[in-house]
Amino acid sequence: MPENTPFRRVGLRLHRLPRRWLAYYAGLAAWLGTTAMHIPDGYLSPITSLVMFALVLPFWAVGLRRLRDRMDARGVPLIALMAAFSFVIMMFNVPLPGGTTGHAVGGALAAIVLGPEIACLAVSVALVIQAFFFGDGGLLAIGANSFNMAVVLPFVAFAVYQAVAGNRAIDSPRRVVAALVAGWAGLTLASLVAGVEFGVQPLLFHTASGAPLYAPYPLAVSIPAMVIPHALVASVVEGGMTAFVVAYLQRAHQPLLLFSGGAAGQGPAAGIGRLRGLWVGLAVLAVATPLGLLAPGTAWGEWSAQELTRRGLSFIPAGLRQLENLWGAPLAGYGVRTLGNAALGYLLSAALGILLVALCAWLFATLVAARRRSIGKVEE
Amino acid sequence: MSASPEAGVGRHSRRLGLEGTLAGLTHALDQSVFAEEVARRPGLLQGLDPRAKILATLALLITVGLSRQLPVIAGLYILALLLAAVSLIPMDFFLKRVWIFMPFFTGIIALPALFMTPGPELIALPFGWVVTRTGALTTLFLLARVSTSVSFGLLLVMTTRWNLLLKGLRVLLVPEGFILILGMTYRYLYLLLQTLEGMLLSRRSRIVGRLSRPEERRLLAASAGTLLGKSFLMSSEVYLAMQSRGFQGHTRVIDTFHMTIRDWLFLGGALAVSALAIGIGG
Repeated sequence: MPENTPFRRVGLRLHRLPRRWLAYYAGLAAWLGTTAMHIPDGYLSPITSLVMFALVLPFWAVGLRRLRDRMDARGVPLIALMAAFSFVIMMFNVPLPGGTTGHAVGGALAAIVLGPEIACLAVSVALVIQAFFFGDGGLLAIGANSFNMAVVLPFVAFAVYQAVAGNRAIDSPRRVVAALVAGWAGLTLASLVAGVEFGVQPLLFHTASGAPLYAPYPLAVSIPAMVIPHALVASVVEGGMTAFVVAYLQRAHQPLLLFSGGAAGQGPAAGIGRLRGLWVGLAVLAVATPLGLLAPGTAWGEWSAQELTRRGLSFIPAGLRQLENLWGAPLAGYGVRTLGNAALGYLLSAALGILLVALCAWLFATLVAARRRSIGKVEE
Repeated sequence: MSASPEAGVGRHSRRLGLEGTLAGLTHALDQSVFAEEVARRPGLLQGLDPRAKILATLALLITVGLSRQLPVIAGLYILALLLAAVSLIPMDFFLKRVWIFMPFFTGIIALPALFMTPGPELIALPFGWVVTRTGALTTLFLLARVSTSVSFGLLLVMTTRWNLLLKGLRVLLVPEGFILILGMTYRYLYLLLQTLEGMLLSRRSRIVGRLSRPEERRLLAASAGTLLGKSFLMSSEVYLAMQSRGFQGHTRVIDTFHMTIRDWLFLGGALAVSALAIGIGG
């Protein structure tokens, strides 16, 4: 084989990895990839669990509100049946090439059929039942599991589905491709978020001697360990399952695909399709964030008190000095210390930031829209 | 980082496709019948108010989470074993459910931490592998915490009948509507499991020989799609049935619980143990 073929180059890359871990990682990847991602108690600190509950709560509230607005009492049995369906879907052993099987979460399918807000409720209910009655996933970890699998997965999957499918006809093959990509992207991003949850544990919680108290690996290990196996196996199962079922529904149950109201491009996330250019631009900007490392100095006007002194300012207001240490940002300076790699840290910060801002903006928009609707109703 | 099949559903079966799914479904149904049977035994925990048990379990889980000393977590695990014994939960089942899967799941995840966590050397193995003291400590923390938490969760689930457990969730300020949805989900879950089992069984009985993998995938996807259609249809039928009985969207969970001296004593004891454990090792 010539020296410069792509294969050779990849071979060289792999060679640089510590060899003895390679077989282990391959085994771990195969094992992790075939299971769904339910975090048991003991991996996350109780404080993290509490924070995750706080993050999920608004989505549950918005889901319940949407349920009340759109379907009234009819929603109760619908959610119950869809949660039961999601539970049963998690039990499917999907045969994979190579002789193993995988499990799907079903969150992407639920989002495509029901819309993400209601899918969030249905998957959460399924997760609560799994934790309480079947011991699958921890009780304290319900918040974290719901955030990963009932918020990130359906919302990302729905946005991707909308963006790829656009305004195509309901039986267009493009919708099957969209479902495949949606399921894959949704679960992969969910595994990234889970990796971040695991990775911050040793940073924040350890004994005096430095032994981590909960999940032991730093971000540099936990993120690839979660994302790579999921991207290669579990997300493929999720995407494949979603695509197969959407293809089946196109043949046999087309009305189901129209239910979420998003199918014809009128859904709540249809805006993502319209603003596709903007999203692409945002992604390019995010990928380009490590360029910031090249620029020397601090952004104008964002100096810390120490820098102000260095710049020749002789008087620093006492209030500024005090307030400066009031809030320590979790990703101070947009660098993730333990990653050890500044560029990777920037990318991660950018991705997380965009995700958080998008979620907040969506939440705000939904609340405003709901308020306007209820005001409209009163005026009628 | 993976599933928690320490106490998972049907994950013990690694059989493939159709057969594996069927085996998993049967196992889940078996398990729930067994859990219901244990919940009816005349043990200590079975006789307590579900609300006391839920609060006590939460307090103990949080304590396990907050403990920073291994002996404290070990003590809590022994407490869980004692409670299982006085609640007439078969000990072999209780131990197996936690420890058979632990080495495979949490174990395989925790193993590299033995070597990768920087710290002073504990044991030097051949080929330059070194187990560090901090690595051993963090691995033990993870294993102890996960096994103790799973045990306490199992105690609550195995000793409380599901309808009582659901009503008991009111004590955590869970809205009544949500409890109604949970209850309906649990009820229809079994119906869907049985429907799916019937669909797959009838299909299997018409097959001679083995299906190819693409055929199996297509069959499972079609089953999932059909099940989705059936769930939708059933939800509107259930709604009509509810409406014809006068359901207007308001729910009220009737609970006839009342806390007795025994319940208060148990809850007080659990909180005292939690406070003591956090005091020693928090």
